[in-house]
Amino acid sequence: MRGVVNSGAAERTRAPSQQQQQRLTRSIHTFFPLSPRTTVVSSLSAAEEERPDLASTSLPPAFEIRLCAAGVVLFNFLIGAFGPPCTVSIDFADAETRKQASVKKENGQTVLVPLFLGQESVVGEVRIDPVPGKKVEHTGVKIELLGQIELYFDRGSFYDFTSLVRELDVPGEILERKTYPFEFSTVEMQYESYNGVNVRLRYVLKVTISRSYATNIVEYKDFWVRNFSPLPEINNSIKMEVGIEDCLHIEFEYSKSKYHLKDVIIGKIYFLLVRIKIKHMELEIRRRESTGSGPNTYNESETLAKYEIMDGAPVRGESIPIRLFLSPYDLTPTYRNINNKFSVKYYLNLVLVDEEDRRYFKQQEITMYRVE
Amino acid sequence: MQAAEHDAVFTSAEEQEKWLADAMALVQHHAFYMHRALDANNIRDVLKFSAQMLSELRTSKLSPQKYYELYMRTFDELRQLEVFFREEGKRGRLNADIYELVQHAGNILPRLYLLCTVGSVYIKSKEAPAKDVLKDLVEMSRGVQHPIRGLFLRSYLSQISRDKLPDIGSPYEGEGGSVMDAVEFVLQNFTEMNKLWVRMQHQGLVRDKEKREKERSELRDLVGKNLHVLSQLEGVDLEMYREVVLPRVLEQVVNCKDELAQYYLMDCIIQVFPDDFHLQTLETLLGACPQLQPTVDIKTVMSQLMERLSKYVAASPDVLQEFLQVEAFSKFSHSVVEVIDAQPDMPLVGAVSLHVSLLTFVLRVHADRLDYIDQVLGACVKKLEGKGKVKDSKATKQLVALLSAPLEKYKDVVVVLKLSNYARVMEHLDYETNKVMTVVLIQSILSNSTMISAPDKVDALFELLKELIQDSEGQPLLDMVDEEDFQEEQNLVARLVHMLVNDDPEQMFLILTTARKHFVQGGPRRLQYTLPPLIFTALKLVHSLQAQDLPEEGEGSGSVSLKKVFQFLHQMVEALAMVPAAELSLRLYLQCAEAAGDCGLEPVAYEFFTQAFVLYEEEVSDSKAQVTALQLIIGTLQRTRVFGVENRDTLTHKATGYSAKLLKKPDQCRAVYICSHLFWVEDGGTIDGERVLLCLKRALRIAHAAQQMSSATRGTSGPMTLFVEILNKYLYHFEKGNPQVTSSVIQGLLELIVTDMQSEATTHDLEVDAFLASTVRYIQFQKQKGDSIAEQYASIEVQ
Repeated sequence: MRGVVNSGAAERTRAPSQQQQQRLTRSIHTFFPLSPRTTVVSSLSAAEEERPDLASTSLPPAFEIRLCAAGVVLFNFLIGAFGPPCTVSIDFADAETRKQASVKKENGQTVLVPLFLGQESVVGEVRIDPVPGKKVEHTGVKIELLGQIELYFDRGSFYDFTSLVRELDVPGEILERKTYPFEFSTVEMQYESYNGVNVRLRYVLKVTISRSYATNIVEYKDFWVRNFSPLPEINNSIKMEVGIEDCLHIEFEYSKSKYHLKDVIIGKIYFLLVRIKIKHMELEIRRRESTGSGPNTYNESETLAKYEIMDGAPVRGESIPIRLFLSPYDLTPTYRNINNKFSVKYYLNLVLVDEEDRRYFKQQEITMYRVE
Repeated sequence: MQAAEHDAVFTSAEEQEKWLADAMALVQHHAFYMHRALDANNIRDVLKFSAQMLSELRTSKLSPQKYYELYMRTFDELRQLEVFFREEGKRGRLNADIYELVQHAGNILPRLYLLCTVGSVYIKSKEAPAKDVLKDLVEMSRGVQHPIRGLFLRSYLSQISRDKLPDIGSPYEGEGGSVMDAVEFVLQNFTEMNKLWVRMQHQGLVRDKEKREKERSELRDLVGKNLHVLSQLEGVDLEMYREVVLPRVLEQVVNCKDELAQYYLMDCIIQVFPDDFHLQTLETLLGACPQLQPTVDIKTVMSQLMERLSKYVAASPDVLQEFLQVEAFSKFSHSVVEVIDAQPDMPLVGAVSLHVSLLTFVLRVHADRLDYIDQVLGACVKKLEGKGKVKDSKATKQLVALLSAPLEKYKDVVVVLKLSNYARVMEHLDYETNKVMTVVLIQSILSNSTMISAPDKVDALFELLKELIQDSEGQPLLDMVDEEDFQEEQNLVARLVHMLVNDDPEQMFLILTTARKHFVQGGPRRLQYTLPPLIFTALKLVHSLQAQDLPEEGEGSGSVSLKKVFQFLHQMVEALAMVPAAELSLRLYLQCAEAAGDCGLEPVAYEFFTQAFVLYEEEVSDSKAQVTALQLIIGTLQRTRVFGVENRDTLTHKATGYSAKLLKKPDQCRAVYICSHLFWVEDGGTIDGERVLLCLKRALRIAHAAQQMSSATRGTSGPMTLFVEILNKYLYHFEKGNPQVTSSVIQGLLELIVTDMQSEATTHDLEVDAFLASTVRYIQFQKQKGDSIAEQYASIEVQ
């Protein structure tokens, strides 16, 4: 039972209402009534029902391939007259040994996708199998490696930030199975693949069989890219004294400001003044995804973790320890201004709830990074 | 699953039952699935369901007692979980991994219960040092700040860690840490638990306060258990206790500023740690006492400590040396003062009973140190200063206990009298109690036959007994006093006088003077009880002086002479005569006169007689009393042989004169014939046969007159009693050989009697007949004896 809240239960930023929420301010003088939260409890229980694995086990791959699975040949044959005259498949050279990333799709299903690192060579072969009895006339075969950013609100428009092309064949005819090896060596893939709420960054191999009369035959193959970051040179602790005058005064400390994805957050909360009856305290991990720029910026926040760190009302002088393991949560590194299109940032949100269910919180950005 | 919206709303018993039943059912439900997962070795599900089960403990609705039941239920389940974790470890899973895995749980309470459970297995596996795991557990438990939930969680931690502390001789020592780590762990857990426990009182509504405090009290053993664990640690030796354990525990006790906790914990410390630890750390322990809240019942705590230590001495007397070494007493007494000062609201009874405890301690441990006892009393007096008489009945009771304790212990008032502050304490008793106390004192003296032989002790004693001996402010009006009670009290004082004994006359005289000094302040009513015994004691002194044959005239001051004693006696009897108690003083004068006579002090004896006569003349008016008094005077006079002729004549003359002036004829008659003895005193006294005969004749005359008066008034003569009596007197003197008393005179009298007896006019009385008959028989008997007396009698004719 983990207090993980997935995107479905994530609360969105809305207009302020009278429900009380207070931001713990640094200046102590003011607090801001903030956006309401749909009841905490319900989101918590929703999370419990879904109950993601503690130790994530592999699920049967529901791997989607648009064309050319062997069993589909018959089907293609039946509709051959209208269907494409051939099947195209793209295979990586080291498909057997290559690591795979488990990726959550829009429909909530998890799929496994081949995983690449930034500077790796993408090597493989393209196989074209004409439907028996047919020939494929073409004006050329090429393979492209594309890095795309897809913004959902922008009517699904793509921005290619990387585009590499290899010509595989000169114009001609393909009468029988033909394979073309390809290689993109040490490709510059500086961005990580990402599936967000409003944005998607993906890498894809695209094979195009150009035809003069008929429509081009196009085949895609997704793959996933992750990049390791070097260890941060400076990694200061986060330490701050916040509160509401004459009401609540706390000092919190997180050991670091930068965490890798399997890291542990260590810290403590020190209560300097407590005049309210606190019921409990929790630490949330929030992800904020900003897309677009200028006036067209869209922000999307979701709470990925809710972790209770204190039960009951502390008194002055009490010091509460924090130890939060990050590994169970589905986090990514922090992305800053990826190709001027989007950013993904992580925050630690310390929330105190009093007996009248008023929430007091203080949000601090943390930087996430990936290590080998 | 969610934490209750309203914290700790304790409601009626039925609701509690229902909530508990619901929670129990849910625990059962989750436990069922947990068991299935356990059987299937599915750790993922095990963790999931155990966390769900433990989530039931997140409730705020249950009262501590119900919560305890729920806790026990889940506790049982956790045991099975522990077994499972152990087996997981055997199956190759790293304990460190499980330790991390359970921390993924989102809610803190289930998370920490699981963590403790895994931690216990982790320590046992020795894959990590016990000290590190323990430290982590006790630190992480800080996250639960809810009093009840936190208390039970930490209690669980304490429970599972008990056998896993890196104590000396434990398998977890060494790499697992030292005993210091174990102590540190338990102390920290103790401190946190106590904080939570104290905080419990602030939960919920104000009006439920009383109930809540009661419930809180029920949980105290959870906190106290930590101290017990500490005391069980092999590695906690005296030094560790003194340097680490005690200061830390006391710091927490003092700082928690909670009455209930302070009282309980102090008591706990005293009970769980060994006696010799207490003895060696007395100063520290006692030092904490004055710092406790003013409302804490510190006297009970301290009394218990003192009692424990005194029992310790009783059990092993050889530790007494240590007591002296650490100056246990002075530390205690110092602390008592400090505690009382620190608690200005402490009722008087508290302060006094603290002193009682201290005194009991001294009596048990330092029975030979009277100065200690006196110090205690002195301290108590200091407390009572300016308070006047103690009105509070409970405090009075304690004071009586304070005063009785040394008496009971030593069974010797003399010891008590050495205590200079004893009397000062007594002064604070109210009148009635003081009297009761004095009676107790006297009875103690009497029943233990304590002889008091020093003048200053006597002084002290009577100072103590002031209330009995003198009038005092608080006493009720005399009319209100029950006469019998009064008599009884005074009789006790009288008996007490006889316990004043000293073989040295000088000392004894001093004692008597001292006693008199006190007694004369007692007022007339008391004097008649208190002076006579004193007089008789003084007479005893006279006898002993006489025996020692001291010179008559004491030379120099201080030395006792008979004269001085008699002066003393004189003063006392005189005082008594002023009371007035004429008859009593008359008797005493006579007694003194006789004594003086025996000592050959003629003028003194004469003076006493004079006083007796004066009293007789002036004060004794009742005729019967006069008769008795006169008889006494005559008797004494007869025995006193010291007088020269002149004095003697004066006195005898006076006595005979008074005899003849008695009111009733028979009395006159008898007195007169008794007077006859005054003139026939053998062995060097006067022998005056003529005057004897004169008296007898006069008696006869009076007897005749009485007969005549009787016949004149009643028509018959009275019985012949007087005549027979006179006859006997004649016979007496006849036998003594008084030449004036001849056989013919006797013969005549005898015949007269016989004749009169036969006369009709005489009233017959059997007694008189018998009297006469036996007189006659006597004469006949003497006649037949055949010695010189028989010859004398020969001439008397008897029919």
